[in-house]
Amino acid sequence: MATTDVRDKPSPGAPPGPQPARRRFDLRDRPQLWLVPTVFVVVVLAWEYGTQLLDVDEYVLPRPSQIAEALHRQLTDDQFWGHFWVTTQESLLGFAIGVGAAVLLGTFISQIRVVEATLMPYIVAFQTVPKVALAPLFVLWFGFGLTSKVVMAAVISFFPMLVNVIEGLRAADADRIQMLTVFGASRSQIFRMVRLPSALPFIFAGLDIGIVFAILGAVVGEFIGAKEGLGYLLLQTNYNFDIAGMFAVLVVLSLMGLVAHFVIRLLQRRLAFWAEDTKVIGA
Amino acid sequence: MAIKAMGRREQQPATVSEDSWIEVAGLDKQYQPRRSAPTQALSDINLTVRRGEFISVVGPSGCGKTTLLKILAGLSPKTGGTVRIAGTEVVRPLREVGMVFQAPTLLPWRTIFDNVMVPAEIQKLDPARHRQRAQELLEMVGLTGFERKYPHELSGGMQQRAGICRALVHDPAVLLMDEPFGALDAMTREYMNVELLRIWRESNQTVVLVTHSIPEAVFLSDRVVVLSSRPGRIAEVLPIDLDRPRDLGVMSSDRAGVYVDRIRRHFHAAGVID
Repeated sequence: MATTDVRDKPSPGAPPGPQPARRRFDLRDRPQLWLVPTVFVVVVLAWEYGTQLLDVDEYVLPRPSQIAEALHRQLTDDQFWGHFWVTTQESLLGFAIGVGAAVLLGTFISQIRVVEATLMPYIVAFQTVPKVALAPLFVLWFGFGLTSKVVMAAVISFFPMLVNVIEGLRAADADRIQMLTVFGASRSQIFRMVRLPSALPFIFAGLDIGIVFAILGAVVGEFIGAKEGLGYLLLQTNYNFDIAGMFAVLVVLSLMGLVAHFVIRLLQRRLAFWAEDTKVIGA
Repeated sequence: MAIKAMGRREQQPATVSEDSWIEVAGLDKQYQPRRSAPTQALSDINLTVRRGEFISVVGPSGCGKTTLLKILAGLSPKTGGTVRIAGTEVVRPLREVGMVFQAPTLLPWRTIFDNVMVPAEIQKLDPARHRQRAQELLEMVGLTGFERKYPHELSGGMQQRAGICRALVHDPAVLLMDEPFGALDAMTREYMNVELLRIWRESNQTVVLVTHSIPEAVFLSDRVVVLSSRPGRIAEVLPIDLDRPRDLGVMSSDRAGVYVDRIRRHFHAAGVID
């Protein structure tokens, strides 16, 4: 009670109360910092020696040391980097197009009620179509080159983003909109000052799913028909029974997704910094 | 430190009388729910508020006091009668009105200072001048040093004070308050009441406050409007003749007690004890 009083009632003009000191870094506060790498080491060791002990065929499940070797071989190979850049380009381009189109269309749809009511059933219907199944069609339409994979990545990252944009723009708090209305805000001012910021956490959720989906889309496109890219490389290693090589490509693909995910999380913390603390408001 | 009026009031039409700064005449409000009989929320409300006056509206829950405030704010259409603020018929939100809400309703992505600036930004008012005014208002409510903080870093009472600064930043002729201290604990609430009187004295706004605390209404107001329930009608308009400036001590005086009792009797008569 006493502390609440002090916080609630600083005497007018008094300097702000003492700020809580920035907490010193302590490993005991965040056990995951050593638990996560420990689990990794334990799993890798169990895999390495378990497969030897049980005499698992390396064509079925290669040992981590063999995968590491294959990974090293690939990372020092210029051809591998060629494949890597192709897939990166396809994913990022498709992601940008898909997400950009989703933001534009989502904004447009959510602004006009009739449009939203008309298009929503179609959007929901399209959402249930397994987009991966469209890959052969896209290769047929757009050829073996970059375009078909970019289209695939764009289409597959478009829908989660679209749904999040529409949902996010709808999520704006009615009280906040009423507050702006009282002070005379126009529709576009309400959009800029409340609707868009309220949608940001949703937009970031869409980006987060979208980037992973975009990589998936590019790889699936490459499976269907391509002359380069990590999906193509995956098939090549498979045909050559280079199972360790396959695993190495899978490691690279997961790392790509992981890096993209962390970049988006970083941006989210910068640009939608309040979202995690929203629940605290009004406390 | 007095917050000076910013000259906008001099531009009011000369015909507006200071004695009828807010004019409510024959106000009716019906809600028409789908497929059922209309509900009469407010019936024949007549009220004239002097410029610079502090009015409170009390009444049992559901008597339409918030509806009355929403009509004054231009948020809710009326069914009949006229409502004028400073000579202008209220059909949409007026720039001359500032409002404090039940919850602070600050924007979490804006700093306290930028939150206070929201009305000035919306109305595209001279930034330099209003930045200075925002700073003065924050100083007046004891939030100096918190300008760069975000709302979640402040207590509920502090957030509500920032909300009051926001309602005043564009120097509105009328300040509407919808149970602004309802969510605060009793001690913070008393403190905020004293603060509000000080702000009102220094900024000289016309205030209409909706509250369900009878002592709060008596302590703050020049007149207390008591509404009866369903439909909301004015049961009594009670002038509060207590000396100003007031401090909390005034509430233990006999006269304050008489006012509180008199208002409370209306509630008892309606079978509702607040």
